[in-house]
Amino acid sequence: MNVFRAALYKELLLQWRTRARVLSVVVFGATALLLMSFAIGPDAGALRLHAGGFLWLALLLSSTLTLEASLEAETEQQALEGLLLLPVPPTILFYAKAVANTLQLALLGAVLVPVAIVLYGAETARPLALFGLLVLGAAGLAAPGTLYATMTARARAKQTLLPLLLFPLVVPVLIAATKASSLLILGDPMRQLAAWLTLLGGFCGIYWTLCGLMFGLIVED
Amino acid sequence: MILPRLASPNLAFALVALGVLLLLAGSYYGLFVSPQERYMGDVQRIMYVHVPSAWNAMLLFTLAMGCALAYLWRGGWGWDAHHEALLEGAAVLSFLLCVQGSIWAKPTWGVWWDWDPRLTTTAVMLLALLGILALRSAVDDPEKRATWSAVATIIAFVDVPIVYFSVRWWNSLHQMQSSPETVSAPFIVPLRLNAFGVLALMGGLALLRARVAARRTAKELGPALPPMPAGAALEA
Amino acid sequence: MTGELALDARGLARRYGGRWALAGVSFTLGAGQALALVGRNGSGKSTLLRLLSAALRVHAGEAQVCGADLRRDADAVRRRTALLSHAAYTWEALSARENLVLASRLLDQDRPQERALRRLEEVGLAGRADDPVASFSAGMRKRLALARTLLQEAPLVMLDEPYGALDPPGFRLIDGIVRALRAEGRSVVMATHQVERGATLCDRGLVLEQGRVAWEGPAAELPHNSGLLRGSEEGA
Repeated sequence: MNVFRAALYKELLLQWRTRARVLSVVVFGATALLLMSFAIGPDAGALRLHAGGFLWLALLLSSTLTLEASLEAETEQQALEGLLLLPVPPTILFYAKAVANTLQLALLGAVLVPVAIVLYGAETARPLALFGLLVLGAAGLAAPGTLYATMTARARAKQTLLPLLLFPLVVPVLIAATKASSLLILGDPMRQLAAWLTLLGGFCGIYWTLCGLMFGLIVED
Repeated sequence: MILPRLASPNLAFALVALGVLLLLAGSYYGLFVSPQERYMGDVQRIMYVHVPSAWNAMLLFTLAMGCALAYLWRGGWGWDAHHEALLEGAAVLSFLLCVQGSIWAKPTWGVWWDWDPRLTTTAVMLLALLGILALRSAVDDPEKRATWSAVATIIAFVDVPIVYFSVRWWNSLHQMQSSPETVSAPFIVPLRLNAFGVLALMGGLALLRARVAARRTAKELGPALPPMPAGAALEA
Repeated sequence: MTGELALDARGLARRYGGRWALAGVSFTLGAGQALALVGRNGSGKSTLLRLLSAALRVHAGEAQVCGADLRRDADAVRRRTALLSHAAYTWEALSARENLVLASRLLDQDRPQERALRRLEEVGLAGRADDPVASFSAGMRKRLALARTLLQEAPLVMLDEPYGALDPPGFRLIDGIVRALRAEGRSVVMATHQVERGATLCDRGLVLEQGRVAWEGPAAELPHNSGLLRGSEEGA
């Protein structure tokens, strides 16, 4: 547990030190949100209808930048190999990294929500539930994202490879998170929210287990 | 070169020939013998290739997943070679499925794509397979390539049912599942013939493709460890 | 040679793609002894050190490292060895102190701040402890990497070209550290081009040539027996 806390502290410290870069990801996400409204046109009703989807698309597009950055610090001076030689168990490394990436993505989402409120009028009566959804959705992106970013950081053509592997995989996350966000923004008369959150939770449960188990296989040289 | 033990190419050629024959027979039966479907007309006949493609795409992906697991657990370049071949086979069939699905959707519903859960899942599966194949082509070290793509295949395979159910809930309007038990005999015969035809053809092609993959890997791995030259190493 | 062995390698081999960088290396090193590893660029020194510290997977052969089996118990090998590699294993965005404190915490050691500072003083970086590593010169990075290696307090310390990038005071620093390690009863393996220094600091000498052991004997005889090296310089 001490080692996990130390590994998590390392991730958060690294993120804090490279916060200028985090800020540029926020700007990227906000820009993506703005651009998507141009695909719909200045129709306030339609924009509000699609706000949930735009939010998650912006988050998904930004996530590849976040994930790549989280691996860059480890590959510059082969810090990842150094960590394995200390030795830190790969499982601990994975979970620390995935938790840190979840937090960063959730934070990014929390910053993008006000942007979506301003641009699309996407207010919700249940802000806490929306934040919980952001954390759950971010967790769904972070677990497979961390695993794939660790692979692609050491492959050729890494910039294109990560989205190519990650995006098809997280289709269920995108669907469930978009639906749930829309229900929170537009209202949930049929009480469907719980079903989508269950789907998202199931996805997280499966991939947080599976990726943690297999991380050791891909970091060994 | 270290070549893994693989099935004889004669078996592969025999399977390809059998597959072609079955497909010819099935297509003849499907196009000229079985009666026109009452509601959908001749368009329905695309089911005689569509359904067998679907079954076999899933089967090939499942087998690829099996090879991935076997490589990770047991090791052996034969598993990796078959993994690669089956991934490509599954990708080809998934692509054909998407095309056939569009051809079917246009006259039936008036649109090329109707977000049916099965068709949409197939499209996601195709993209996932292409992603794994891109990963394979971007990693030069044979061991890393084999391990990483095996991990990616397992992760993508587990995703298929989740994608299916999430799309199904997302788009509750969808077609009823058709299985050969619910349709009458003249429809079943071409379906069965083509199903085994596609299986034999793709199986044979996959065996041949695995041979190519195994040869390439063997070439990349180079010679086995050369024997120690006599007297080169002095024991202390 | 004492009864206990720090290293017992039998036919260790590793390939990169199709090239065998290390083609079957066998040698032993007694506990508490020091080995100077000599050889031209590309002769396999770094690969050997990375294999013995379980940074790389072994492709053939086996080894006992401080009593742990390299192939079966890589974790124990990693706990008993510390490697000064070509890569500094540092995080560029963090300061020297933070790098060491984190490493110490990840090792689950007590008083990480104190330990980090002591190691920084040891390698002469105390004055720059709070500067980000990104601003460090190659020599300073080497010193920091050395501090990190010493922090692990492993019974077997492996140094890959410790003199590289260092200034003359740095040379003396390395000499002092190797002597101190030996006084503490730790085993040392150092790969170096400084044959004379290796000969005076170490007990045993090993010359690698194209991934194989070309000579093995007492370190004192190393300068005379690394004729292989000198010959290659003249010949080239």
